[in-house]
Amino acid sequence: MRAAGRWREVLAPVLLGVVALLAWQATVIGLELRPFVVPSPTAIGEQLVDHAAVIAAASWSTARNAFWGLVIGVAVALLAAAVSAAVRVVDEMTAPLVAAAAVVPIVALAPVLYTMFGANAQTARVVVAAIVSFVPVYVNTLRGLRTVTPVHRDLMRVYAATRRQATRVVTLPGALPFFFSGLRVAASVAVISALVAEYFGGPVDGLGKAITSAVSSSNYPLAWAYVVGAVVIGLVFFCATLALERGVLHRGNLRQRP
Amino acid sequence: MSATAPTSRSARSGPVEPVGPPDGSAATAAAAAVEVRGVSRRFASRSGDVVALSDVDLTVRAGEFVSLIGPSGCGKSTLLRLIADLDRPTGGELTVFGRPPHVARQNHDFGIAFQQAGLLPWRSVRANVELPLELHGTGRAARRARAAELLGLVGLADFADHRPDQLSGGMQQRVAIARALAESPSLLLMDEPFGALDEMTREHVQTELLRLRAESGAAVVFVTHSIPEAVYLSDRVVVMSARPGRVREIVPVALGSAGDRTEELREDDQFFDRVRAVREALHGTDPADGTARGVDQR
Ligand SMILES: Nc1ncnc2c1ncn2[C@@H]1O[C@H](COP(=O)(O)OP(=O)(O)OP(=O)(O)O)[C@@H](O)[C@H]1O
Ligand SMILES: [Mg+2]
Repeated sequence: MRAAGRWREVLAPVLLGVVALLAWQATVIGLELRPFVVPSPTAIGEQLVDHAAVIAAASWSTARNAFWGLVIGVAVALLAAAVSAAVRVVDEMTAPLVAAAAVVPIVALAPVLYTMFGANAQTARVVVAAIVSFVPVYVNTLRGLRTVTPVHRDLMRVYAATRRQATRVVTLPGALPFFFSGLRVAASVAVISALVAEYFGGPVDGLGKAITSAVSSSNYPLAWAYVVGAVVIGLVFFCATLALERGVLHRGNLRQRP
Repeated sequence: MSATAPTSRSARSGPVEPVGPPDGSAATAAAAAVEVRGVSRRFASRSGDVVALSDVDLTVRAGEFVSLIGPSGCGKSTLLRLIADLDRPTGGELTVFGRPPHVARQNHDFGIAFQQAGLLPWRSVRANVELPLELHGTGRAARRARAAELLGLVGLADFADHRPDQLSGGMQQRVAIARALAESPSLLLMDEPFGALDEMTREHVQTELLRLRAESGAAVVFVTHSIPEAVYLSDRVVVMSARPGRVREIVPVALGSAGDRTEELREDDQFFDRVRAVREALHGTDPADGTARGVDQR
């Protein structure tokens, strides 16, 4: 029964995908659409197979930037959220900065950053991904650290728990789900921003660069094949954070703290 | 019951100035569990001050079960929070086992159960019960044994590894009571702990509480809205009136010790008699002061 449910869960979307691809193929052939409008799935597939190595290399380059950006952004966000939660003044001072970071399209900074860090280095892309992923993690984690229910606060006081104990026992576990919802957002925007930042300059590797150059040489199926690479990276990042969240939250639920 | 109780109560309670008797035992000779002297609590608010409690006097003897009953907003929770040092009075004085409430709190002299169970949802039922022991430095093995014992007492031995959200409201409440009992406190503070339970479960848990209390000999301050519950459980029922919150009358119940009270008592004439007495006190026609009613005015 449960296995059947599992299968349906996996099979249904796969089936839908296959149907959609068939419909796509039929439309392209039936209407004789030109490749610059939209290439057929088989054309894209051909390119994927023929250029597997370059596509993988480009994907890897973008994924690496997104990953380090995400790691740095998350680390800084966690540190900053911890400080802001502990020291009110810091929070009040940094609030406008964070709000600015949230509304300013950071990728627009990319050209400036390329000048700053040198156009041959990946640094600018990593920095963009880091700033962009910082914001959701910081905002969510800080909210989580602030959200201690009154009854739990009373409980810690009644038990004369030290600040450290209260943090370990109540505040941190309560903030974890908030952190993970921030992380999930951060993971997808890190990939997007690392890729888009490539459009503004820097070294010639990476998916963003590959897509623009494929388009400018009118090789539309290849451009689409690179897009498939971008989709795959996005999915990998999303699934990885989801797995991490499930793993940590589930373990936390039942773990006996030493 | 007290076999695995923590032995070093005051030794590990964080940055606390050493206070009380050197052995750190809770009940000093003859000290009342709770002593409330002329206590007032006024809340300042934009739309004028609210007098939650006005000049309240109350003594709860060691081992005594006292219920607080009264209309909503009469300050029952406020009084309980003052005793637990979750709040400070604006006038008057309180002591818990002869010491200021904050000292009693640092000494872990009391356990508390709120209206909400207030379990930590990310911990197993067992880890929730172990929480106070863990915070106060009891070793792992002793903690586990104590939690197992307590979960057995509240009839949840099979649920030790469940998460709180897998339990019904009444079961969660019993976990909270087990947690409050974890350190075998000499004083138990309970704020409408059975408020969310259905009548059947409620009666069952009441009987359980009586049994637990008979075994532990703890004093209990118990807030409730139910007259039969107050009468069934208590040695004395404190009837309060609202705006400002005052003690209107204290009705002695005297239906025997906790260990002697059984389900049959609920059908007893004496029981109905006391229920009537509390109801009359509650709906009393003389709200200014409840004097000259022929009842104990302690
Ligand atoms: N933190 C607070 N700030 C302002 N007013 C408060 C606060 N806590 C309680 N009060 C006021 O004090 C009064 C007594 O509140 P309390 O919660 O003690 O009542 P209660 O007897 O427990 O009522 P209930 O039976 O509904 O739980 C109420 O009028 C309430 O509005
Ligand atoms: Mg209340």
